[in-house]
Amino acid sequence: MKTIARRRFVSVLAGLAAAPLLPRAASAQSDPFAPLLLKLAGGAKVSPGRVTVDTPRLADNGHSVPLTVSVESPMTAADHVRSITLLSERNPRPIMATFHLGPKAGRPEVATRVRLNGTQHVLAVAQLSDGSYWSGSAEVEVTESACLDAT
Amino acid sequence: MVALVQMPRQAKRGEVIEVRIVIQHPMETGFRFDLLGRAIPKNVINNLSVRYNGSEVFLAEMGSGIAANPYLQFFTVAEASGDFVFEWIDDAGQRGAERAAITITG
Amino acid sequence: MVCLAHAAEPQKPTPLKSGIEFASEDVRKLQGDDFANPGMLWVARGVKLWSEAAGKSGKSCAACHGDAAKSMKGVAARYPRVDPGAARLVNLEGRINLCRERNQQAPPFKHESDELLALTAYVAYQSRGVPVGVVLDTQNRRNFERGRARYNTRVGQMNLACAHCHDRNWGRQLLNETISQGHGNAYPTYRLEWQTTGSLQRRIRACYFGLRAEMPPYGAQELLELELYVAWRGNGLPIETPGVRR
Repeated sequence: MKTIARRRFVSVLAGLAAAPLLPRAASAQSDPFAPLLLKLAGGAKVSPGRVTVDTPRLADNGHSVPLTVSVESPMTAADHVRSITLLSERNPRPIMATFHLGPKAGRPEVATRVRLNGTQHVLAVAQLSDGSYWSGSAEVEVTESACLDAT
Repeated sequence: MVALVQMPRQAKRGEVIEVRIVIQHPMETGFRFDLLGRAIPKNVINNLSVRYNGSEVFLAEMGSGIAANPYLQFFTVAEASGDFVFEWIDDAGQRGAERAAITITG
Repeated sequence: MVCLAHAAEPQKPTPLKSGIEFASEDVRKLQGDDFANPGMLWVARGVKLWSEAAGKSGKSCAACHGDAAKSMKGVAARYPRVDPGAARLVNLEGRINLCRERNQQAPPFKHESDELLALTAYVAYQSRGVPVGVVLDTQNRRNFERGRARYNTRVGQMNLACAHCHDRNWGRQLLNETISQGHGNAYPTYRLEWQTTGSLQRRIRACYFGLRAEMPPYGAQELLELELYVAWRGNGLPIETPGVRR
């Protein structure tokens, strides 16, 4: 049982290694988020940076993955985060949520639990009060359950 | 809908406080099928707003990408004593609400 | 049917480890956070149900039992047990339903209904930290032996017994999951796979499904007897309800 389990684990790893990994600073052609960002930011530039997506590297279950998104911002009336949108690379509905903050938020950080339909990147896009857009992403491995459960 | 809210009952003026809410709701994606093969209709809490003494301090627009029994943790600045009102609505039009009071010291 | 254990004394895993010890850091954190733990939503509902009048009696649980924190402490740790009135083995869910019928003249809650899960979770929550302590006696000895035999009997297309995973291979990997010892001390539990809270019977049925075996129906004698054996096997482990599992 130990050897079989080890072999299976290695073959799972090999499978993961063979799967194409998306480059983080993706070019416009291969970036799956590009059309979404275009729609979201209305053509404005979305710069990678200032946004951190904290989520486990390996999810226990795709039904519920803890996720915390935070943005570097002084959160003053003059300079604050207006909104944070969570985007999924592979879910059937790519826009997962939009959180509207504002200067009274105090700390530009939101935590929630998301559903992820398989291994993918999650992208968080923050719109700041000056109209600029910033993004951050994280990759999450989501595997199948060892045993099926149809209860 | 059963919901739980956690936030400090007291805070100093200007203090950044942590607010947490969790709501019992299936956040039905619309992609699941019942045992007879019929699609279970989509029904998620699509809007949750938080008002502090009447002004909105947080708004979450959510979709099926948020896990069942949605959990949200966010922050806000404690200003004046008063009420926090949490209100939400799902795709089927069902509404839910919770209140929490806060006392500001100093 | 092939039975595994021939020893006179049933084998318990050593050292005894709750399922939470095999869980990831995220799941452990979730179970340990009384606010973020989704199972607490059912406990919260249980608080309400406890004080609601039910059935023709118009009495609530509180009318007889008062403060659950006092009256229900330690109760969950003794189940499943043989109910003297009904003269049969019942689990905590079954005992709650018996109380509804006898003392509240209310219809029993359906298996896996939100109300039954909420009340069971609420009652078991009062025993958090209390070690599981089912007692074997002449009344439940046959139930126990049948439960033990079933635990060691191969089932399904995969032709495995509970013992194969949970006695012989706990701690080892099944794909990316670590096999636990198969205890029931955290039930009713919030299972991420279910996206809701569920009973131990649901979990056992899920295991049957995983082995591609026909699932015994809710309330089946086989499930109750397995629950008794599983509880005895985990005697000493603290109740963790509401648990969180993947």
